[in-house]
Amino acid sequence: MSSTAINHTLEHSGHAHDEHAHHQSFLTKYIFSTDHKMIAKQFLITGIIMAVIGMFLSILFRIQLGWPDQSFPLLETFLGKWAEGGRIKPDFYLSLVTIHGTIMVFFVLTAGLSGTFSNLLIPLQLGARDMASPLVNMLSYWFFFTACVIMMGSFFTETGPASAGWTIYPPLSALPKAISGSGIGMTLWLISMVFFIASSLMGALNYISTILNMRTKGMDLWKMPLTIWALFLTAILGTLSFPVLVAGVVLLIFDRSFGTSFYLSDLVVQGQILPQQGGSPILFQHLFWFLGHPEVYIVIMPALGITSEVIATNSRKPIFGYHAMVYSLIGITVLSFIVWGHHMFVTGMSPFLGGVFMITTLIIAVPSAVKTFNYLATLWRGNIRFTPAMLFAIGLVSFFISGGLTGIFLGNAALDINLHDTYFVVAHFHLVMGSAAICGMLSGVYHWFPKMFGRMMDEKLGYLHFWFTFIGAYLVFFPMHFMGLDGVPRRYYAFTEFEFMKEWLTVNTFISWAAIISALGQVAFLWNFFHSIFYGKRATQNPWQSNTLEWTTPVEHLHGNWPGEIPTVYRWPYDYSKPGSPVDFIPQTIPFSETMSSNFSHDFEGNPEAERIQLEWQKNDEAERLAEDKV
Amino acid sequence: MLYMTKIPLEQEIQSLKPKKFLMWLFIITSCMLFAALTSAYIVYTGGNPTRGIKVQLPVAFLYSSCLIIISSLTMHYAFKATKELQFAKQRLFLALTILLGFAFFASQWIAWTVLFESGAPFVNSNASESFIYVFSAFHILHIFAGIGMMVYTFIKQNKGIPQYRNMFNMELTSLFWHFLDILWIYLYVFLLLNQ
Repeated sequence: MSSTAINHTLEHSGHAHDEHAHHQSFLTKYIFSTDHKMIAKQFLITGIIMAVIGMFLSILFRIQLGWPDQSFPLLETFLGKWAEGGRIKPDFYLSLVTIHGTIMVFFVLTAGLSGTFSNLLIPLQLGARDMASPLVNMLSYWFFFTACVIMMGSFFTETGPASAGWTIYPPLSALPKAISGSGIGMTLWLISMVFFIASSLMGALNYISTILNMRTKGMDLWKMPLTIWALFLTAILGTLSFPVLVAGVVLLIFDRSFGTSFYLSDLVVQGQILPQQGGSPILFQHLFWFLGHPEVYIVIMPALGITSEVIATNSRKPIFGYHAMVYSLIGITVLSFIVWGHHMFVTGMSPFLGGVFMITTLIIAVPSAVKTFNYLATLWRGNIRFTPAMLFAIGLVSFFISGGLTGIFLGNAALDINLHDTYFVVAHFHLVMGSAAICGMLSGVYHWFPKMFGRMMDEKLGYLHFWFTFIGAYLVFFPMHFMGLDGVPRRYYAFTEFEFMKEWLTVNTFISWAAIISALGQVAFLWNFFHSIFYGKRATQNPWQSNTLEWTTPVEHLHGNWPGEIPTVYRWPYDYSKPGSPVDFIPQTIPFSETMSSNFSHDFEGNPEAERIQLEWQKNDEAERLAEDKV
Repeated sequence: MLYMTKIPLEQEIQSLKPKKFLMWLFIITSCMLFAALTSAYIVYTGGNPTRGIKVQLPVAFLYSSCLIIISSLTMHYAFKATKELQFAKQRLFLALTILLGFAFFASQWIAWTVLFESGAPFVNSNASESFIYVFSAFHILHIFAGIGMMVYTFIKQNKGIPQYRNMFNMELTSLFWHFLDILWIYLYVFLLLNQ
């Protein structure tokens, strides 16, 4: 309904937008912009900056893990009292691990990924002028930005940033005196998170409303690109799970600052018995993981959606099993709410309940496997174009398989007794949601860079970046599996104190070198990205010869996306290499009447009139060809 | 702002539909928040005889329930008046609803003091009783947001914005307010059942 009405008023708004563009000041165009494309760029660039910070923090703690007994005077120069004598202090090490996790999970892979691509692609791929509420959309970015600033601000406090781990389990996080990071650093973490949740919710509500209400004519749900399906279901996950984190975090704030005992009981700190009694720290874990588990799917699903699009486009083949892809995304969405207990197998949970969570966890591997097989089947005998985006998409599939397999081990309640809190877990989630999601995000950046900035990124640097990232990530995370199987625990500051872990020191040094080298590889990306914004080769309108709607917009951005009427959609987005068609891609905006030679009866969804016309055309075509043969 | 004036009316009216949908989605997030809090209560209390609500719920909570049900009625009348273009009546019933909203807050405040005096303070080693305050406080935050929306609608109406805008504001406000009514009834019944 809405789309039709918007359609016939387009000529007006098109003009108005042009004029509007001239009157924008720097402030309304680049800072407090309500244009979804600008907001997408803001999310992306903020996300990239946060990713660089997160990666830098990981290099700092990798230095400690790789060379625990060595002094690096340079560290003291930069970090001051946190690295006295050139060695990172244990307290600061914990902060580094905590903030690295928080930044990467929330700020880069949730806001940076969903924020960028939902904002960019939802209106462009669905044929909408902007989001349901551009104002809320702008607020969403600025809440996110505030959250980033507050989180980074905690580095400048006397006692340092939060250091209870990104999962902020109480009592460590609930007692300001527990460790130095539990003081003001933890408070800032919580405040930052409140802003972040508000930002995520505002974003997610906007995405859902836009997808359900503002699709262009002809764009029914089953004609939506898989990216949109993925972003849609991601937004639903966020809407349902982030409020639960609010509940958990607020109760934690009450425990910290008001003296309640939701989570606290039987505690003695520095010889003093604390007044809080009767609380249950397990309660926090339930609340946290009810968000925390859907959160890992919030991270991976947009990446999966991007990959579907990039792989289909660059294999020049329709995505294999479009419906199966959608149903497995829905399956993942539903199941992700009933698996959170697998993070808590060893908290004294009833073994029966553990069994239930184990079964649901193993079941969620099924839709994930369906997706993997569909990616491989799409690649199979494709006319593959190895663009950097395509390489990263294939990289995602690789990481998703190798990281996903270890998930089956960890989801097993009995094996988890051995494996929990070891490096096996670290290896698992860094591959399956860290590396895979980052690959998906980078794939999206390379693929839609021309759409965002009207210029191309350099391909050669893209290849260099890919191989550094791909090989580097495996070299970093693969050895960690073996450390974990040997029982090496995660989050420990130094392994030199324990006899059985000493033999892993050389492996740690190796991992640290791999991490440093792959981090240096990211410079290729940063240079490529920022240089290409200004000096890249100018992009054509549809550089990847893709079918989706965003490539029908002009290269020059304008407020409202399409200068004239919003195009109507006639077909699904994956008509690549359709038999009978003279070209190997048919955009969604081409009606079937223009592609008579490549229409199939299933294209008409049982419309008898259309089938009749098609049959008639085929008969005439046949007759004409026979006549030609005779001549 | 230049282009806002140029967008034809019909298109602007159409753009309100997705915005109204946003309110429904927000209500879903609120539902999840309270579902989380009440589940947290159940998980926490879960069969442990030393936990659970050990005091009588204050009568003030009953008064709150009556007040908010009445306020839902007045809100409905305000909505009806808006539909029938009786703007003086709309303002009157909106003002009444706002007053009832504040009365609701007062009754909750009284309930808190009564609870505190009857030996169930917020800072409590039986956190089941702390949960009463948390439920009520989270709900009150929503009530304040609802009052804010009513005041906004009232002022905007007074300034004479177009009727379709006024109607839109009223739709959102009444939707939200009726939700808060149902939400409180849910919380109250939940507490009664767990007393």
